[in-house]
Formats: sequence, C-alpha cells, structure tokens
Amino acid sequence: MLRADALRAIYPEVQDQIVVTIMGAVAAELYTLGHRTNFFYLEHAMGLASSTGLGIALAMPRHKVIVIDGDGSLLMNLGTLSTMARYRPGNLVHIVFDNGSLLSVGGFPTATATGTDLAGVARACAIPQVAEADTPERLKQVVADALAGETLTTIVSKVEAIGPKSFQMDLPLLENRFQFKRTLEALRQQE
Amino acid sequence: MPVSVANSQAIYDALKACDVKIISALPETWLVHLIRMADDDPKVTLVRVAKEEEAIGISAGAHLAGVNSALLMQNHGFLAAINPIVSLALLYKIPLLMLISYRGHMGERDPWQTQGGMVTEPLLRTLGIPIWHLSDPLDAQRRIKDAQTLAHAALSPVAVLLTRELMWEE
Repeated sequence: MLRADALRAIYPEVQDQIVVTIMGAVAAELYTLGHRTNFFYLEHAMGLASSTGLGIALAMPRHKVIVIDGDGSLLMNLGTLSTMARYRPGNLVHIVFDNGSLLSVGGFPTATATGTDLAGVARACAIPQVAEADTPERLKQVVADALAGETLTTIVSKVEAIGPKSFQMDLPLLENRFQFKRTLEALRQQE
Repeated sequence: MPVSVANSQAIYDALKACDVKIISALPETWLVHLIRMADDDPKVTLVRVAKEEEAIGISAGAHLAGVNSALLMQNHGFLAAINPIVSLALLYKIPLLMLISYRGHMGERDPWQTQGGMVTEPLLRTLGIPIWHLSDPLDAQRRIKDAQTLAHAALSPVAVLLTRELMWEE
C-alpha cells in the first residue's frame, strides 16, 4: 500500500477532526490532499506528535484527536505508548504508517525492517485496542470504527517506502501553529 | 525524607492559583510531595511520563488546546528534554512553565548530581530561557505567577529553579 493512497482513503474520516502529524512525507501528502486549519504538522521534534496529540486529547476530552505517526518517529519515543496506555484517552486515535525506513532523511532502514513489531509493542504497552491495516479499505474501516468508539486505538499500517518528490509546503510553521490553536479554541467554545 | 511538605504545598498552591489543569512529572526525590498533591487533586490531570521529552509534547498540546499546564522535572530531566524544548517549544513559540528541581548545586552531597547541576543555568541561558530561582516559600505565589505570565506573553518556555533551600530540610 502507498501511504498517499492510505491517506486519500481516510481523508473523509479525518478532515473534520483534530489531526497532528509527524514531519516529512506524511505532512506533505496530507497537506497536498487538502489543508485544513484543524491539521497540525509537527515539522520537527521527531517522536513527539503522539505526545502532543495526547496533550490535546487530555485537554479536550469531548473531541476526537487523530495522530498520524511513523515508524521512525515512534521508535524515537517508544515510551509514549506506555504513557498513552496509562491514561488511555478514549478520544485519541493513533495511526502509525510503518514503511520500515527513515524515508525523509535518506531512506535508511528502521528496526521495523529487521523485525520490530510496533503493533506488538503497542499491545505489550497495554494500548487497549490495537489494529493492523494493510489495505486502504481496511484502514478506512478501522479508522471509522476507532472514531465511532470510545477506546484508545493504535493502528499500524505497513506502507511502501515511497514519498512525494518534495516535502515543501506553502505554509509557514508558525502560521499553521496559530491557525490550529485558533481552530481548537473555537471548537472548545462550541462545547 | 526531609523534603519540605510545607514548601511543596506553597508551590502547589501557587500552581493552582495559576489555573494549571495538567501537570506532567517524572518521579524525583525533591518532587515527591508535589507529585502526590497533583495525584490527589481531582481537578488536575497528572501525567506521569516515561521521559521528560514527552512532557514537552504534552504541554504543547495542552497549550494549543487552551489549557494551562506545568512541568515538574529534575534538572537532568531538563537536560533530557533539550531537543524538544528547541525543536518544539522554541521553534513553535510554545509557552512552558517548567518547575525544575535544582540538584547538584550548592550543598549537594551526591557526586552524581553535580555535573548536571553545574551546566543547568548555563544551558538555560544559552537557550534564552528566562530563569527564576525560588528559595523562599513566601515568593512562590508571586514568582510562579509571574513566570507563567511571562511565558504566555513571550510565548516562550520559562524555568523556575526549585533550590535546595526551598525543597530540602536538614
């Protein structure tokens, strides 16, 4: 499965949700599908998209929060799975695209290429619901199910190590940060 | 354990006066009472992190969602979190109210704490992070509130160094 196809499949599910992504291909591909002010692309601080999403989920329990993570990023912050599992916010959906590669920085293989099983790590950390989804149709279904439910879910999707030609986005990161915060403030005022 | 309960309470009361709703922490001797107070407080969400880096993300998320947070960490936790402080908090102009137990400074008997103690302030200054020392419990309300006010006005991390004089009774 191509990550771009996977993102296209879930775009209708995620477009109106609070979304936090990692840097690189994930951010560029989601941005290309259609930027929304409820999307925040964490363009550095590798590993912390999930922690940032956890902070939002704990602060806004009435709203769904989707984190779009990657294998390289998650491997940099495996402790996040144990922290998420400890507080298990039911409004948090954690999608991990696993391409077995640090694609944005030269394509070197990550430990998932040599056998580390992130879904297994998530289960062992006591994430209450862990799914694997390796086709766009299956991913769309498990994302829809996770959004409809009230259980912290980690979804691991194997994808090919192919990204966009360019990671450039016509969106300064501070503009993204301030518009995202304003959007969350407006969502909170609707409560 | 000669960690001051009364002074921990003064710090906790100051955080409550700042309307802090989320507190992240990693266990550390000087912080035990503060962590217990947060854990016992139904109006505060205590997030026990596995590593302090996570706490930078959690506080960033809380800020973006419009909720006040604070971080409890040892100075070695600050050292562990320098990359996200730079590449999330400073890069994205995220205010952080960091309460840092200042181990390894004057009066320290544990040799293993001393190297971190000696580099803490130089590193905070290098990062351009404003510093308050908190040594007198009577200053807790004012200094913690002022630190939060500056963090929000400057959209920057700020550090409140919790000194031995404040935290340790001997």
